[in-house]
Amino acid sequence: MISDPDVLALLYLVTIVCFIVALKFLASPRHARKGNWVGGAGMLVAIATTLLIDGLENWALMVVGLTFGSVVGVVGARNVRMTAMPQMVAIFNGVGGGAAALVALAEWHEALDPVWDETLSIVLSALIGSISFAGSIVAFAKLQELVSGRPIVFPAQNIVNVLVLGGAAVLGVAALAGVEEQWVLYSLIALAALFGVMFVLPIGGADMPVVISLLNAFTGLAASATGFVLDSTVLIVSGMLVGAAGTLLTLLMAKAMNRSVVNVLFSAFGQVQTGAGTARSDDGRTVRATTPEDVAVQLGFARKAIFVPGYGMAVAQAQHDVRQLADVLEQKGVDVKYAIHPVAGRMPGHMNVLLAEANVPYTQLFEMDEINPEFAQADVAIVIGANDVTNPAARSDPGSPIYGMPILDVDKAASVVVLKRSMNPGFAGIDNELYLDPKTTMLFGDAKESVLKLITAVKNH
Amino acid sequence: MTELPLVIELTILVLAAFLGFEVIAKVPTMLHTPLMSGANFIHGIVIVGAILVLGGADDSFTKVAGFLALVLATANVVGGWFVTDRMLGMFKRRPEPRRESADE
Repeated sequence: MISDPDVLALLYLVTIVCFIVALKFLASPRHARKGNWVGGAGMLVAIATTLLIDGLENWALMVVGLTFGSVVGVVGARNVRMTAMPQMVAIFNGVGGGAAALVALAEWHEALDPVWDETLSIVLSALIGSISFAGSIVAFAKLQELVSGRPIVFPAQNIVNVLVLGGAAVLGVAALAGVEEQWVLYSLIALAALFGVMFVLPIGGADMPVVISLLNAFTGLAASATGFVLDSTVLIVSGMLVGAAGTLLTLLMAKAMNRSVVNVLFSAFGQVQTGAGTARSDDGRTVRATTPEDVAVQLGFARKAIFVPGYGMAVAQAQHDVRQLADVLEQKGVDVKYAIHPVAGRMPGHMNVLLAEANVPYTQLFEMDEINPEFAQADVAIVIGANDVTNPAARSDPGSPIYGMPILDVDKAASVVVLKRSMNPGFAGIDNELYLDPKTTMLFGDAKESVLKLITAVKNH
Repeated sequence: MTELPLVIELTILVLAAFLGFEVIAKVPTMLHTPLMSGANFIHGIVIVGAILVLGGADDSFTKVAGFLALVLATANVVGGWFVTDRMLGMFKRRPEPRRESADE
């Protein structure tokens, strides 16, 4: 049993150091896994230390809670498919936020005549935690396609949202001003949760990388606020580390789309088919469909091919087949590289994880800035389920909603093959000029089936 | 736990923010998904709060809230760690050798 506060503080310091080391190890894929173990050790120290604090009760509930939570966590983590990773990350954001809000709720219930800074911490922890919890659940539902991934909008949405959040803020101020009734925090949590739901609902699938990162930051900040409630430095620091990570990723993702975070959150991007791009398709150019055999011939003569994966590859679970196609091509002497756009997929780094799962060595994956100069030397660029991140309108058409977004210069390759389910526009709802380019051919169908047919065709060629 | 003055806690918070930005800015794009799930795991530290609340609870309301918080936080910690480990195990420099090789 530990009763000396200095010993406690030192043990928690060990945890903090472990977490920071874990994050530092993430700087390189070779050491990253070790880092996670260090972080795990730090977490065990924190949990053991806390359980050893003098005077804890309710051991039966404690054991049941820890066991049940562990089982849920392990089962979830083991069974989740790599393609479902964005949903998984969303759920973990949510449960963390929910836990923070519940701790705040319990502290509010117990607090007798709290001082103002304690109240403020409770209010912030409950507010941010609830927004994160509810928002993450909606993000999960959208990614899992339990509700439409398209933006869901209604009139005066932003005004209603502001009113809901404003209402929660008023309750928070009331609590600070000394209204210590229980219902104040209940209502605050309810309004914050409602706001969480409403602010994620209108956000389209393609903007999910930003939202998930932001919710990640929220949960971190909620944990940090809980640290102020409990006077726990380990919570303050760890929560803030996550807050910083989430904020950084949010900004990176928004930058990769050339949009501000505010624009992503409040513009319900992709809800309407914009007129600007559509009008252009009437200038006589048409889309050319091709066959696996023709593509195989093209690839047979290629020296260098660049694969451009997108969300379509994840949906079709085609990552293993894509890798096999690359293998077959490499055996034929083709130099194969992968071009990864920062916002391809539904969360930061989504494509990297999928291709790593399919055993593609990470030395073959290239970020946008590295690979863009190489498209000019590529004989074929194969676009697999990516759309908006290849749209040249982002460079050339000031009227396009994605104008200014950095894109992969796929159209600079000698020829382009696009694997696509149909001619439906991508999630941003914008026509892609690339498909009208004379050097582009389209291979229609499910990404997985198309790749499988390509493998056979290349082998027979 | 020892009560620290609010100013000290704020100082720690701000320094942690700067430290977080420095450390995380060095994470390559390739590892952004493991970074997210690793960060998910780290915010599971709220489990400390859940244990303290449940361990100190004497009325049923607090017990229920503490218990639920503990379940959520535990799932967060355990699941977050396992997912991150699984994911990081997949990142390889070279393709898996197709036959048994002696050199690794």
